[in-house]
Amino acid sequence: MARDIDTLAEEIQGPSPAAILRRRVFGHYGLLFGATALLVIVALAVLAPLLAGHDPYAQSLVARMKPPFWMEGSDPNHLLGTDHLGRDYLARLLYGARISLAIGLIAALISGLIGTTMGVAAGYFGGRVDLVVTFLVNVRLAMPVVLVALAVVAVLGGSLQVVIVVLGFLLWDRFAVVMRSSTLQVRGLEYVNAAKAIGCSTRRIILSEIMPNILNNLIVVMTLEMAHAILLEAALSFLGLGVQPPTPSWGLMISEGKQMMLFEPWVIAIPGVALFILVLAINLLGDGLRDITAPENRS
Amino acid sequence: MSAAGSSPPVLELAGVTKTYRVKQGLFSKPKPLQAVGGVDLRIRKKDVLGLVGESGCGKSTLAKILLGLEAPTSGRVMVDGIEAAGQDRTLLARRIQPIFQDPYSSLNPRKSIEDIIALPLVVHKVGDSAGRAQAVSKMLDLVGLPQRVRRGYPNQLSGGQRQRVAIARALVMKPEIVICDEPTSALDVSVQSQILNLLGDLREELSLTYLFISHNLAVVEHLATRVAVMYLGRIVEEAPAADLFAEPRHPYTKALLASVLTPDPSMSVPDTHLGASYPNPIAPPGGCHFHPRCAAVRDICKTVPPPHVSSAEGHVDCHLYAERTQAA
Repeated sequence: MARDIDTLAEEIQGPSPAAILRRRVFGHYGLLFGATALLVIVALAVLAPLLAGHDPYAQSLVARMKPPFWMEGSDPNHLLGTDHLGRDYLARLLYGARISLAIGLIAALISGLIGTTMGVAAGYFGGRVDLVVTFLVNVRLAMPVVLVALAVVAVLGGSLQVVIVVLGFLLWDRFAVVMRSSTLQVRGLEYVNAAKAIGCSTRRIILSEIMPNILNNLIVVMTLEMAHAILLEAALSFLGLGVQPPTPSWGLMISEGKQMMLFEPWVIAIPGVALFILVLAINLLGDGLRDITAPENRS
Repeated sequence: MSAAGSSPPVLELAGVTKTYRVKQGLFSKPKPLQAVGGVDLRIRKKDVLGLVGESGCGKSTLAKILLGLEAPTSGRVMVDGIEAAGQDRTLLARRIQPIFQDPYSSLNPRKSIEDIIALPLVVHKVGDSAGRAQAVSKMLDLVGLPQRVRRGYPNQLSGGQRQRVAIARALVMKPEIVICDEPTSALDVSVQSQILNLLGDLREELSLTYLFISHNLAVVEHLATRVAVMYLGRIVEEAPAADLFAEPRHPYTKALLASVLTPDPSMSVPDTHLGASYPNPIAPPGGCHFHPRCAAVRDICKTVPPPHVSSAEGHVDCHLYAERTQAA
C-alpha cells in the first residue's frame, strides 16, 4: 500500500520553475506594460539613426521653433517640431533616449557591483565586515546625493562620463542594504549548511548557492536605481551641471526650453513626457519583477 | 566494553563543549550559554547511535560540531583516531556527511536534482562529467527515485522524494559516517517509515555508521543499536538500545520513555513527573541539572554534580547509581 502511494506520488510532476515563472509573467499587466514600454524605448534608441531622419546637431536658423504635428503651422518634415536653434526635436528626443538609457544602465551596473559586493560580504561574513559595511552605508546615507553630485561635477566639469561615474559611486546604498538582508536570510538555510558540510569553498557557496537565490532582489533594486539615475541625470543636466550642450539629453532639452515654457509649453512637455514614460516603465517593470518573484505569490 | 575493544571507534568525542555568548539586553554583558557541556561519545563502525533529548538540549549543536560547521569551544573530535581539527576541511567532508531535518530547505531551489546530487563530486573533483552523470543515476536507483527526476527541480518533488535526494547527495561521496539530524520529523507519517527503511537498508549495503538525532523514541528504537540521552548539553545515559528500552536507568530516561503516547485514548496523557518547565540554559540549576524535575530527587542532587557511573555496556550520570555501587 505504501509502495502504491509512493509510486503514485512520483507520477505527479509539478510544473518546472520556468513554467511557473512564465505563467506569472503573463498574468501581471503592470509588468507586461512596463516591459513593453521599455522595450519600445530601447528599440527607438537603438534604431535612432534610421528613425530620426535628421541630424540631432544640425541647426537651421530659418526653421526655429516649429510646432509639433498636432499644432497649427507644423512642418511635416519635423514631426515634433524644432527647438530654438532649429534642431529637429524628434531626432534630439531619440538620441536623448540613448543618453538616458546609457546613464541609467551603466550607473546602475557600477553601483550594483559596489553595493552587491559590500552587502553580500556583510551578510555572509557578519561580525566586523558587517560593522564596517553598515558604517559605510550610514556615512553614504548622510550625504545628500544631489549636492555631492553637484560639487563633484562643478570641480571636474560636466560630461557624460563624469555624470555616470559620480552617480555609479553614489547610488550603491540600496544595493548594499537589500543584498545584506537577503544574504542574511539565505545564509541561515540548510542548503547553505549542506554545501559547507560537502566542503564547498566560500567562493562557490556565495556564487552558486547564495547569489542565484537573491538575484531576484538584485534585479528589482537594479530597476529602481536605474530610474533613479535617469532622473538624477535629468536634474543635473537641467541645472547645467550634467551632460553639456549640444549633446541631446532629455534633462538638457527641458532646461533649454524653460525660457519658452510660458509661450510654447510643448518644448518642455515632450521631453518631460518621454522622461515620465521611461521612468514609469522601469518602475513598473521592477515592481512587477518583485511581485512575480515574491514568496507570498508562490502558488 | 568488550565490543569496544575489538573495533576501534570510527568517531570519538572527548570532552566536547560549546559555549555561546548570549546578549539579553542592550546594556547587559553577554552571558555564556553552554549548549554542549563535556560530551564523550564513541561510535563504532556500523553502529547506529540514537541521540535523544528534548528540544534545546544541544543535539543539533553537537551535529554541527561533528560536521565542522561549528568549532567546539573545547574538547576533541576524532575521526578514525585522527583529530578532526587538524585535518583539511575537505578530507573531513569526504568521511562525514549530513542529512538535515527539513528537505524543503536543505535543497537549493534553483538547482536541478542532478546538480544537487553531483555537487559533492564536483567540489571534490571526482571523475569527469560522464562519470558524474553515471554516479548520479546509480544514486537515484539506490535511493529509489526514478531516473526522470534528474532534470527536475526540488519544488517538483514531494517531501519524501526530496529527502531521498538529500540522502543521495549525502551518500554520493561514499562517506563512512552519516549525521542524520531528525531526518523524518518534517515528513508525513506515511513517508517516515519509507525513509527509515531506506536508511536501514543503505546502512547494510554500504556499511555506514549513523549518528541518528531524534526526539521520536519509536524511530530510535526501530533503527538504533546504541542510544545516548542528552539533557541540557550533557549525555546523562548511554547504553545499547535494547538495554536502554528494556531497563532505563536515569530518571530522565524513564520519564522520556514514559512520555511516549499510546494510541489508546483511555490512557490519557502519561504523567512523567517532569512538570512543564525546561530550565533556562543560561542559568542552569546547580548540582545535577535535572534535579528540579527529577522524581527521585535527593538532597545531594541539589548541590553536588552527579558522578559518571560506568557499567558494562554504557554509563549513567546519576547519584542514585553511585550509591548503589558503593553499597554493593
